[in-house]
Amino acid sequence: MTSAPHRFALIQRVLHWLMAVCVLAMLFIGVGMVSTVAPKYLPLILVHKTTGFILLVLVLIRLALRLHYGAPPLPADLSKTMKLGAGLSHQLLYGLMIVMPLLGIGMLWAAAYPVILYGGIRIPALLPQSDLMHTLLWNAHVYVGFAFFALVLLHLAAGLFHALIRRDGVFASMSLLPLRDRGTQTK
Amino acid sequence: MNQGKLPRSGLGSLVLIAAVLGGGAAAFAYTAGWLSPERLTPERMIAALTPPSGPPLGHRRNHAKGICFTGTFEANGNGAELSKARVFERGAYPALGRFNLGTADPNAVDATVRVRGLGLQIAAADGEEWRMALINPPVFAVSTPQAFHELLIASGKKDPEAMKSFIQANPEFAAFAAWAKTAPWTTSYAEDFYNGLNSFIFTDAKGGERAVRWSLVPMAKGVPVSQADLEKRGPDFLEQEIVERVRTAGPQRWTMVTTVADPGDPTADPSKAWPENRRKVEVGTLIVQRIEPERDGPCRDINFDPTVLPQGIRVSDDPFPAARSSVYRKSYDLRAAEARDYPRTETAKP
Ligand code: HEM
Ligand code: HEM
Ligand code: HEM
Repeated sequence: MTSAPHRFALIQRVLHWLMAVCVLAMLFIGVGMVSTVAPKYLPLILVHKTTGFILLVLVLIRLALRLHYGAPPLPADLSKTMKLGAGLSHQLLYGLMIVMPLLGIGMLWAAAYPVILYGGIRIPALLPQSDLMHTLLWNAHVYVGFAFFALVLLHLAAGLFHALIRRDGVFASMSLLPLRDRGTQTK
Repeated sequence: MNQGKLPRSGLGSLVLIAAVLGGGAAAFAYTAGWLSPERLTPERMIAALTPPSGPPLGHRRNHAKGICFTGTFEANGNGAELSKARVFERGAYPALGRFNLGTADPNAVDATVRVRGLGLQIAAADGEEWRMALINPPVFAVSTPQAFHELLIASGKKDPEAMKSFIQANPEFAAFAAWAKTAPWTTSYAEDFYNGLNSFIFTDAKGGERAVRWSLVPMAKGVPVSQADLEKRGPDFLEQEIVERVRTAGPQRWTMVTTVADPGDPTADPSKAWPENRRKVEVGTLIVQRIEPERDGPCRDINFDPTVLPQGIRVSDDPFPAARSSVYRKSYDLRAAEARDYPRTETAKP
């Protein structure tokens, strides 16, 4: 049995899970760091900025891979609305993965903060200081961030729904585990 | 395999999915502090700083009254032995800063505010920045950010017992209180000492590390004045005076003196002075050349966050810089969003 058409390419799957872990970490670190005045605030925000920047690079690579490899088709028995919902939500997830780091970096630029990542790497500013711009980007980073978390939860629920209830191979298409033999599954 | 032997019912799976979602949302809420009202957040710190009359919209949430300056930092090269930071290499670096009063009221009467401050940003040749905010007492009032929050709460209460029990619980406050009571007042921002108080780690070119604090020592001689006499000069005397002084007497200077800790000195507690005999190194001179009103000035939109540091300087085990960074960020977010309440003169014109 050839698995290629039923699954995302290995590199796509590896990136999906690596980024899933990082995005979840980013969301938790984000709300955790802004609610503390403890010494851990500084390492947390450093990790937040650095990981966020790396994620921006990774999502661009991932999109390129997606255009190159495509995606396996969704099960034929999935309703039209379900397919549309899956497609839209995935596009939205890609969009948010691109927009969130840009908002984060832009917000710092607009506040005239130097953007310094782990290892002292400095990202030069491409925006001038602006109260209005900072406020806009800051609010967007916060509220779009919350929307991102809600969408990730929905996406997670959908993934589990496919894995546990429909058992239609959608989860397996993104799984890192080797495909299980159909025979043992139905036993 | 377990899963194979126990096929989950549809209902069981739904319950599992709901539990994962609920658990995820709860963990998020917990991490965000929404379930822990006792956590000391930047919001609570700012609430404690806010006077009963309400927040100073558009202004800093503390040290709200101030005036901008620009000038240069002339490094004499002595600091290069202590830290590899570029700003310590002999040369002149652009400086931008703000003289200010330690109050949440942007319209405070100068003579009613004991603590004066100075925010400073020095830019290295390659654009790297060093920011700091220093104050005139020789020690900080308390040992921890938590204690600072308690001090704000206690001093905001009408009940005199509140301060008494605070002092009992935080005996370190005595040194600051003694300074506040006995130290002479001056009639000029140019005559004040500004102390960093927090300790940082300097790393030299060989990787050697030492804990330091630094101060700006005024070259202008201090003329002591009583609080009552200062009050007679008018509510905004300090700003008028510094404008006039720089205009008539020219640039004003401070020597930057770094003090190197000995092993065992209290680096984590800015309420404890280090012994007088510690090694002191003069690393350069701050020259203030130009004064500008805050409303349209270059310091207005800068957050003098003391954790914006060049390579060669990093935070120590002192818990204050992290706490300050978190609270200053929040204060900046708020005041930038309220810019309309503190309009620039250009934009105020119809
Ligand atoms: C936390 C952040 C996550 C992000 C940003 C994310 C993003 C994405 C995106 C953009 C796709 C579409 C792939 C494409 O068509 O190119 C996708 C697919 C998928 N994700 Fe996630 N994901 C995350 C977490 C998860 C989790 C926790 C699960 C586990 C249930 C999961 C399961 C799946 C599955 C099964 C697919 C394949 C869907 C299909 O076949 O079209 N994802 N994910
Ligand atoms: C996938 C990328 C990212 C995600 C999911 C994310 C998420 C978040 C979240 C949830 C918050 C907390 C908002 C709040 O409750 O107030 C936050 C705050 C913040 N993030 Fe991000 N972020 C991302 C990327 C970045 C990047 C690349 C930077 C900068 C280089 C950045 C800088 C910040 C800063 C400075 C804050 C504090 C904002 C403030 O309150 O002043 N973020 N982020
Ligand atoms: C946990 C303790 C502290 C808290 C909560 C606190 C709070 C604040 C806040 C909210 C601001 C306004 C920031 C802005 O909007 O840009 C501020 C400014 C300032 N603080 Fe603190 N502060 C603390 C400790 C200190 C210490 C230890 C020093 C001095 C060594 C200091 C000196 C200053 C100065 C000089 C400014 C004015 C800076 C400027 O001109 O922008 N603060 N503080």
